[in-house]
Amino acid sequence: MEMPSLLPHPGAHWVGRRDWFALRRRTGWRPAKGGASAEVAAAEEEEAVGTGGRHGRERRRLLLMGAGRSEAPMEHQGRAAAAPAAAATITTTAAATAVSSPPGPPASASSSSGEPGPGGPVLEPRRREPARRRASSTSAASSSSLTSSASAAVDSQFRGAASGVSRERPGSYSGATHATRQRLESLKKNRPLFPWFGLDIGGTLVKLVYFEPKDITAEEEEEEVESLKSIRKYLTSNVAYGSAGIRDVHLELKDLTLCGRKGNLHFIRFPTHDMPAFIQMGRDKNFSSLHTVFCATGGGAYKFEQDFLTIGDLQLCKLDELDCLIKGILYIDSVGFNGRSQCYYFENPADSEKCQKLPFNLKNPYPLLLVNIGSGVSILAVYSKDNYKRVTGTSLGGGTFFGLCCLLTGCTTFEEALEMASRGDSTKVDKLVRDIYGGDYERFSLPGWAVASSFGNMMSKEKREAASKEDLARATLITITNNIGSIARMCALNENINQVVFVGNFLRINTISMRLLAYALDYWSKGQLKALFSEHEGYFGAVGALLELLKLP
Amino acid sequence: MKINIGKLDSCVLITQPAQFLFVTESFVGKVLGMPERQILFCPGSELFLLFLSTGGSLTKLAYYSTVQHKVARVRSFDHSGKDAEQEHEPPYEISVQEEITARLHFIKFENTYIEACLDFIKDHLVNTETKVIQATGGGAYKFKDLIEEKLRLKVDKEDVMTCLIKGCNFVLKNIPHEAFMYQKDADPEFRFQTNHPNIFPYLLVNIGSGVSIVKVETEDKFEWIGGSSIGGGTFWGLGALLTKTKKFDELLHLASKGQHTNVDMLVRDVYGGAYQTLGLSGNLIASSFGKSATADKEFSKEDMSKSLLHMISNDIGQLACLYAKLHNLDRVYFGGFFIRGHPVTMRTITYSINFFSKGEVQALFLRHEGYLGAIGAFLKGAEQDNPNQYSWGENYAGSSGLMSTSPELFPMQRARSGTFDLLEMDRLERPLVNLPLLLDPSSYIPDTVDLTDDAMARKYWLTCFEEALDGVVNRAIASQPDAIDAAERAEKFRQKYWNKLQTLRHQPFAYGTLTVRSLLETREHCLNEFNFPDPYSKVKQRENGIALKCFQRVIRSLDSLGWEERQFALVKGLLAGNVFDWGAKAVSDVLESEPQFGFEEAKRKLQERPWLVDSYGEWLQRLKGPPHKCALIFADNSGIDIILGVFPFVRELLFRGTEVILACNSGPALNDVTYNESLIVAERIAAMDPLIQSALREDKLLLVQTGSSSPCLDLSRLDKGLAVLVRERSTDLVVIEGMGRAIHTNYHAALRCESLKLAVIKNSWLADRLGGRLFSVIFKYEVPAK
Repeated sequence: MEMPSLLPHPGAHWVGRRDWFALRRRTGWRPAKGGASAEVAAAEEEEAVGTGGRHGRERRRLLLMGAGRSEAPMEHQGRAAAAPAAAATITTTAAATAVSSPPGPPASASSSSGEPGPGGPVLEPRRREPARRRASSTSAASSSSLTSSASAAVDSQFRGAASGVSRERPGSYSGATHATRQRLESLKKNRPLFPWFGLDIGGTLVKLVYFEPKDITAEEEEEEVESLKSIRKYLTSNVAYGSAGIRDVHLELKDLTLCGRKGNLHFIRFPTHDMPAFIQMGRDKNFSSLHTVFCATGGGAYKFEQDFLTIGDLQLCKLDELDCLIKGILYIDSVGFNGRSQCYYFENPADSEKCQKLPFNLKNPYPLLLVNIGSGVSILAVYSKDNYKRVTGTSLGGGTFFGLCCLLTGCTTFEEALEMASRGDSTKVDKLVRDIYGGDYERFSLPGWAVASSFGNMMSKEKREAASKEDLARATLITITNNIGSIARMCALNENINQVVFVGNFLRINTISMRLLAYALDYWSKGQLKALFSEHEGYFGAVGALLELLKLP
Repeated sequence: MKINIGKLDSCVLITQPAQFLFVTESFVGKVLGMPERQILFCPGSELFLLFLSTGGSLTKLAYYSTVQHKVARVRSFDHSGKDAEQEHEPPYEISVQEEITARLHFIKFENTYIEACLDFIKDHLVNTETKVIQATGGGAYKFKDLIEEKLRLKVDKEDVMTCLIKGCNFVLKNIPHEAFMYQKDADPEFRFQTNHPNIFPYLLVNIGSGVSIVKVETEDKFEWIGGSSIGGGTFWGLGALLTKTKKFDELLHLASKGQHTNVDMLVRDVYGGAYQTLGLSGNLIASSFGKSATADKEFSKEDMSKSLLHMISNDIGQLACLYAKLHNLDRVYFGGFFIRGHPVTMRTITYSINFFSKGEVQALFLRHEGYLGAIGAFLKGAEQDNPNQYSWGENYAGSSGLMSTSPELFPMQRARSGTFDLLEMDRLERPLVNLPLLLDPSSYIPDTVDLTDDAMARKYWLTCFEEALDGVVNRAIASQPDAIDAAERAEKFRQKYWNKLQTLRHQPFAYGTLTVRSLLETREHCLNEFNFPDPYSKVKQRENGIALKCFQRVIRSLDSLGWEERQFALVKGLLAGNVFDWGAKAVSDVLESEPQFGFEEAKRKLQERPWLVDSYGEWLQRLKGPPHKCALIFADNSGIDIILGVFPFVRELLFRGTEVILACNSGPALNDVTYNESLIVAERIAAMDPLIQSALREDKLLLVQTGSSSPCLDLSRLDKGLAVLVRERSTDLVVIEGMGRAIHTNYHAALRCESLKLAVIKNSWLADRLGGRLFSVIFKYEVPAK
């Protein structure tokens, strides 16, 4: 079932970005330039996170917001112009890190550590500061624009704000009447306080959705807690955070009305192994003072609950993964994609010439088979908004694809793995029906092109030697994808459902898999099953968590 | 068409039907270096090479032979009854005759022998019109050119799946305990299934390089319902890439030593320690190879192999469950090289099936899984002979046990049995079926004690059979005083059976569930193998003679009793007769040392009432009621047992107006009365007793054969003629006599009609177990619940 290299996906311009998963492997490459430094740090970070290894354990806590890690993505974004500024501003944290990180800290970081900073968030003890300090940083922040080039400045302000603002605890401070009144108003409207986050902590990736209110009145603006403002600005004006945090700008939902507030919904992701750093940041920036509720789902909501509490002083509201997923999907489908359709399908998926991605109107969503492909795969049968069941799942998912690719090809990022796969030929690796029967196996109506044995050719030494890394990556992708398709098809048959929606981050920028799923489902079901996809692939759990926060149905 | 291939073993090889190809036993022995079998192929034996299947590393050879072997026959003297009554005259004569039976042989050997094998065939394949050889399996492609070039024969590629399924149906029907469940860490690991009367429908999941899932609905109807490309080839190919280990077996070995948790992302890795609160098992794999994506480190070959094995086994198990569910099936048989003889893969597949089906689907494996294709090809090639109309029985003497060549389990074993794995099946002359009176054929288990399960009992019985071996050997030699090689053959028999017992000590599961019955049957097969068709023929002859002389006196004495006394005397006679059992060491010792030990002495040995199991009261009450329509009696020993115990009992039933079907073994086993002997005995009794005579004449007393040659009784494998008769005559009483038939087997058998199970316990260990003593009496009268 080989597929040619496929059409670019709307997200295709993200391909090749190495920041994503960049921390994966020590052997991974990075472009030289300023990025190199980040790479070293990143690699060390990996050690620390993964094995508690040789180099500076504390570093992990800086990861997300820290150091030069944002450089690489920025370059890719064509915002190189901002780099010098960034380099300058980064230094506070980088310098702090450098203290505890042995092998050759990045030149850019050490040379430009001009701004002293508050001694590094890692080492900084929690202490209360007078609110006055906050005002000065606010004025600095307000002067910065929302343009992306200002990100570095914002970054610096964020940090500044964090170290200053966070100490405010409403109620413990007599001057907080404004804030109190605002809160009371909010409560009246039965609306939680800003910021509005939804968090989905998966096995590999953390998905974060953030609602940015755009209808803030002048009064509100004035009363807005400084840290809140800086969070908003930090998140909305950057597209990359730390070494591997990404905001999927192309997914941003604009002019959304949520609980009577108008605003934009932002979609951000970062590796799960950066969670400790994220929590540390929450502590450093004193999120707990905002009295916001962190609605989180995914396995990590359990795994990191204690860390959130003890390190970040944050109480997580843990939510059921599947509830959130379904809620998120239904909501996102209902609001569309900035005027376009959220749901789509492929016509002529096997034909590279004629293949078309077409919008699909999911006006009759039920029953629906929902296949969520993250690190592993969950399959749900959804009969109505509140009536669904988990049918089954498989451990052969995105994590398997990427894990095997790492082992087989030495690749270091998901993007790299996909890019290799796009150039490979799986038929050199897989044994096809025609390799065994010389053509179609008519007795069982099996077409000659069907894969009889995944990696079957690799039983032979000669063929092992003849297969390229790209071929292996392609075969891994085809194997995992076909298998998911096969299990999904059987579930659809068993549950008597004929529309199958595939979601999850495995499908991000992965048109090969989507087209293969579309084709395989159609072919083996003789046209009975339809494979559907959704633009916001992996973010539904996080959206669902946000909706829970807002108590939306 | 015949081809004389020279004087090799004086065999004439015949090609018939034409597409078959032939080799001799010595070819197998000499060319392949296999220890030669002891079957004596006489001129005229036909050997058909039916099938050549060459897979990854093994070649499978199936051939069909007609084996000529000796059988003991009994025949009435050709003179009037009066002469025979004279003293010292035996009641009938015994002759040894040659009999031809069909046997199927299946051999697996390593591919290295294939060229030598083909050369040999070519050298001897003169003047043949054979143009086509049937072959199947991946090797049929690999070696196609070699075969065609060497033999100038066209290779007819049999459809692999058709052969596989034909073979599967065949073993499921014909081989007891063919299917088993595998549970690692359970004792025993192998749990064999009794043959289900209706094997259809089932799912066959064949895991070769890919996976085929086939739904089998009837003998001829099957459907490929799906498959998966993630199979044995994926394990092998991907495993070779990841570990640089080239051999499949080595990969499995690596896997058996690995820790998949180092490579896989588990639920506990995602949820932290909190998974318990969610009712999840933290050990579940969330993402196979998930850690190799998120951690930067080297992974051991062992760990990666293990992770790969789990990934593939789980995936196959999951798909199998999905297909089973869709088609509403609960039996799934697994086969293919991924499974074959590998406890590691059986374990992971079983785990996966249990997990995904929540216990609703059973993962079953087959003892002769590796032969399915070969058997199927034979059946397909021999369709005009309609082999399915016969029943077949596994020959324990000629078959190597399960896993005999599995290096994982038994490194020593492999060295001993070499690289050959054998299966032989004897064609039985008549089809075998269930006794129609079984309450629930699907749950019927003939054997009372499962020795695979019961280690204490196993130990005892194996020792018991070892200790009895000398006696059996001596008896065998004594039975053939004129044969000069008797001692030599008997010694070979001793070796063979001894080895089987040793194998069973280490692998109780080698031939399915180990039972006293299988131990007894194996001994009979081994004796036959070395041409001791009936070691007890002379003993039986003498004892029948003596008992016949006492018959009239016994009848007169019974007739003089009042009704109630007579009923008790008849039962006591049955029991006393049953004491005469050469199979029981306690008795054979007595019989050897006290030649005068007789019927009256035996009665005195019996336990006094109340017996160990005693429902005589109920039985007597029943006899006061209306007569039974028809009684089916399974007889046990020759001599006093059948003549002075069973026949008077039969006579009383006939007198009451009950018809009687008297069922005796088809072939000899110990001193059990055979069908042929029973015919002579009945004839002789009829001459003395008008009641028996008229009953025989009027078909009110019917003598039938059981279809078995075992000292035990399997009510699910009985001669079809018997079953037909039982139904025709509306049989409403079944009498089962003797330890082998009523205690070792069938003690718990539930029937749809009244039954009487009676035996004298002639083994002190068994007596102990049942809470009784030597010569305790079991008298179990059962009436089915309304």
